[in-house]
Amino acid sequence: MATLELRNVNKSYGSGLPDTLKNIEIQIDSGEFLILVGPSGCGKSTLMNCIAGLEDISGGAILVDDADISGMSPKDRDIAMVFQSYALYPTMTVRGNIAFGLKMRKLAPAAIEEEVARVAKLLQIEHLLERKPGQLSGGQQQRVAMGRALARRPKIYLFDEPLSNLDAKLRVEMRTEIKLMHQRLKTTTVYVTHDQIEAMTLGDKVAVMKDGIIQQFGSPREIYNDPANLFVASFIGSPPMNFIPLRLQRRAGQLLAVLESAAGASGQARCELPLDALQGDLEGREVILGIRPEQILLAQADANGQSSIRAEVDVIEPTGPDTLVFVTLNQTKVCCRMAPDAAPRVGETLELQFDPAKVLLFDAQSGERLGVLGQAQSQVQATEPARKVAQLKGR
Amino acid sequence: MSSIAVVTKASPLDALQRWLPKLVLAPSMLIVLVGFYGYILWTFLLSFTNSRFMPSYKWVGLQQYQRLLDNDRWWVASKNLMVFGGLFITISLVVGVLLAVLLDQRIRREGVIRTIFLYPMALSMIVTGTAWKWLLNPGLGLDKLLRDWGWEGFRFDWLVDPQYVVYCLVIAAVWQASGFVMALFLAGLRSVDQSIIRAAQVDGASLPNIYLRIVLPSLGPVFFSALMILAHIAIKSFDLVASMTAGGPGYSSDLPAMFMYAHTFTRGQMGLGAASAILMLGAVLAILVPYLYSELRAKRHD
Amino acid sequence: MTSLSAKSPFSLSRLAIYATLLTACAVYLIPLIVMLLTSFKTPEDVLTGNLLSWPELFTGIGWSKAWDSVGGFFWNSVKITIPAVTISTLLGALNGYVLAMWRFRGSQLFFGLLLFGCFLPFQVVLLPASFTLGQLGLANTTSGLVLIHVVYGLAFTTLFFRNYYVSIPDALVRAARLDGAGFFTIFGRIMLPMSVPIIMVCLIWQFTQIWNDFLFGVVFASGDTQPITVALNNLVNTSTGAKEYNVDMAAAMIAGLPTLVVYILAGKYFLRGLTAGAVKG
Repeated sequence: MATLELRNVNKSYGSGLPDTLKNIEIQIDSGEFLILVGPSGCGKSTLMNCIAGLEDISGGAILVDDADISGMSPKDRDIAMVFQSYALYPTMTVRGNIAFGLKMRKLAPAAIEEEVARVAKLLQIEHLLERKPGQLSGGQQQRVAMGRALARRPKIYLFDEPLSNLDAKLRVEMRTEIKLMHQRLKTTTVYVTHDQIEAMTLGDKVAVMKDGIIQQFGSPREIYNDPANLFVASFIGSPPMNFIPLRLQRRAGQLLAVLESAAGASGQARCELPLDALQGDLEGREVILGIRPEQILLAQADANGQSSIRAEVDVIEPTGPDTLVFVTLNQTKVCCRMAPDAAPRVGETLELQFDPAKVLLFDAQSGERLGVLGQAQSQVQATEPARKVAQLKGR
Repeated sequence: MSSIAVVTKASPLDALQRWLPKLVLAPSMLIVLVGFYGYILWTFLLSFTNSRFMPSYKWVGLQQYQRLLDNDRWWVASKNLMVFGGLFITISLVVGVLLAVLLDQRIRREGVIRTIFLYPMALSMIVTGTAWKWLLNPGLGLDKLLRDWGWEGFRFDWLVDPQYVVYCLVIAAVWQASGFVMALFLAGLRSVDQSIIRAAQVDGASLPNIYLRIVLPSLGPVFFSALMILAHIAIKSFDLVASMTAGGPGYSSDLPAMFMYAHTFTRGQMGLGAASAILMLGAVLAILVPYLYSELRAKRHD
Repeated sequence: MTSLSAKSPFSLSRLAIYATLLTACAVYLIPLIVMLLTSFKTPEDVLTGNLLSWPELFTGIGWSKAWDSVGGFFWNSVKITIPAVTISTLLGALNGYVLAMWRFRGSQLFFGLLLFGCFLPFQVVLLPASFTLGQLGLANTTSGLVLIHVVYGLAFTTLFFRNYYVSIPDALVRAARLDGAGFFTIFGRIMLPMSVPIIMVCLIWQFTQIWNDFLFGVVFASGDTQPITVALNNLVNTSTGAKEYNVDMAAAMIAGLPTLVVYILAGKYFLRGLTAGAVKG
């Protein structure tokens, strides 16, 4: 068990190549489960390789238990890794695979035997020990890969998208199992994924990355409820958060976000959301209003009408547990998540209600969160904001 | 993987590990730089000197190339290469493709037949040449066989006829290499997407039509590779001429490779030999460069 | 398997296909049959009979005479081929391992330069190579030929292994590094045990190339150090005395047998080597 700290880590392959890392600052406690999440090419795998020592960093420091390990070779770092492709040694048996790292560390044969037995029992792969990796199913290979990491009892475990090669059902099972294993062993773990559900379910801490920069670092809850910028808000959550472009107005001393639904059978409708809880001088700004699908509700009978709007249903998508209802507000497609029982039919007109306290605002140009003070945005450096907003508007 | 360490607190052993890949590759790099490119340059230099039995470094400019172009034997060798290469490549391709297509028809004992077509490729050109020299022997070879079998007026003496001796080389070379072309194309045929063929069958195309219009055109890359290899064999072929005809009668079956050997190592015309070697390299490059260019372009499109 | 077979298996076109294939088989086999028949005939029989006539008397005299004249050179070829094949394969494996798994700045360029070696017309290096062998005191020695074959076989052996290793995920090497294994441990314990097929391909390719070589043999060896191909050529193309075609054919068979045997035993790898060599890069 060990703490891990990344201090201003930089990585560059040379002039103008992508997948570099910029000023990475992360600190996790002993036994914590850190998730590095982001789209492909965001630098998360590079960062993991840097922690493992498979790639050198160009600046900064990597500290394990407050000791700088950034100059050490991988074998001296006492770190184990589970690879996306499992990387099992194909010519060795499962036993040989698990024992290899121990042999390399010159453990006594008896000790190796004991350790292999312990790990095999832990992962319930005792019956597979004499088989070759080629004879195992994907899920079994996954277990062996984890066994190989566990056998070394390292200070830190690294997982590089370990579930992405499994089919959907097995992925959910193994996810639970990894979580269980971590709860039991309490090992410091770094886990790379592009899957935001894995990020939410597994992590104690989540670092959302893009273009080699950490966009936000915090607990899954913080990341979900309090995204630092448009990118984090759009990346975390499924179905994704709705983004509605609009201009803020002030009337009778109140800051208002004005929503209009398309002219349907019911004619045009309009609602003015009061946003007084937000900080700062926002009047007249072009903003993007973000609201998660589950935070748009069907209006109660006694709604005062101030924060509700009539809209016609364009499409419905039943997913089983929920039904996704799509309407058009401010010429933007907006998704609402509803209980299947309450779901309307296509063409029906709904009265939708917003909770102004749950609404998030982002700057239309930079994508930064607006209206909150002293939040996690401090370490965020926005890049290419205009294009990002354009992309999000297009959705 | 970049290997510029920021903090080098590594032990000497670790530092060695970092350098090992380069150290391991170093001898081969040296071999390639010296043994390939250095030697090419050296030969290139020799081709501008008046070296005869021993290398000399007296610069004579393009004189050796001039002598080469004035040399009747060189022209015979070059013309022979054109005839030999053209026929050898064309016939090998036609025979190879035909055999591959026939073998692709769910033939019983396909493995045995394939083995028979391909075995000449395992033999040395010297063995091939020796065998065919005997087969084409005027008086005792096929000549006599067919007369013994009742074809009284049959004569076959191409091997000693300056006009036709080149075609003897073609026969032997085709026998040796066409099985290889067959193997290449058979592998290619097996990799063609079966759904395309089924689609064509559904569209009502006949079998020959399917092969001519759909399957074979999709084997362009295989065709190109085969062409490359055959051209390469043709330009380098030396053993076959040496064992079958030794360039004779006279120098009527000479090829550039034979010309180069004879002038460089037996006739003491090192400078002239070097010049002819450089021209051979030029011929290979003329074929290779467009090939590599198209390969690289194809890769980029992937 | 292509499913283009005609509907009825006994149609006329099927018959034509089989007839063509069998004729082709005969054409490919005849030279071998003729060589064998001739090698077992007496010299008189060779002159009176024809190519495909059955020997009146099977005699090993051609073979024993042939062995007397080329047997020693056969062992030269063995002495050249075994070390040259072993060394060039080992070097190729190491090079391929580095080029696929331990890339560094410039290694791709090196690979490109090396690849050209597969197409190099050897005539263009013969002169400098013979000067160098002379300087090293290796002219006219079997060791000199071993060196030459190693150097000019390197392009193909490296290509074989590099292309094989490129298809292996490099996560394997990374995993082994984290497990504490070094450069050579990974090579010996993980890569080599996985490489059996490509080692076979490479060994067989190099064996046929080196055993069958004539150009290097005739240029860099003389007299007692010549390989069998050169000896065979000398035997067949000497104009002194009466031609003994039975001896020529037996000698040709002796020269051809090792590669033929390898081909028949390991044809699968032989073919793979040919096609791997064909589809370069």
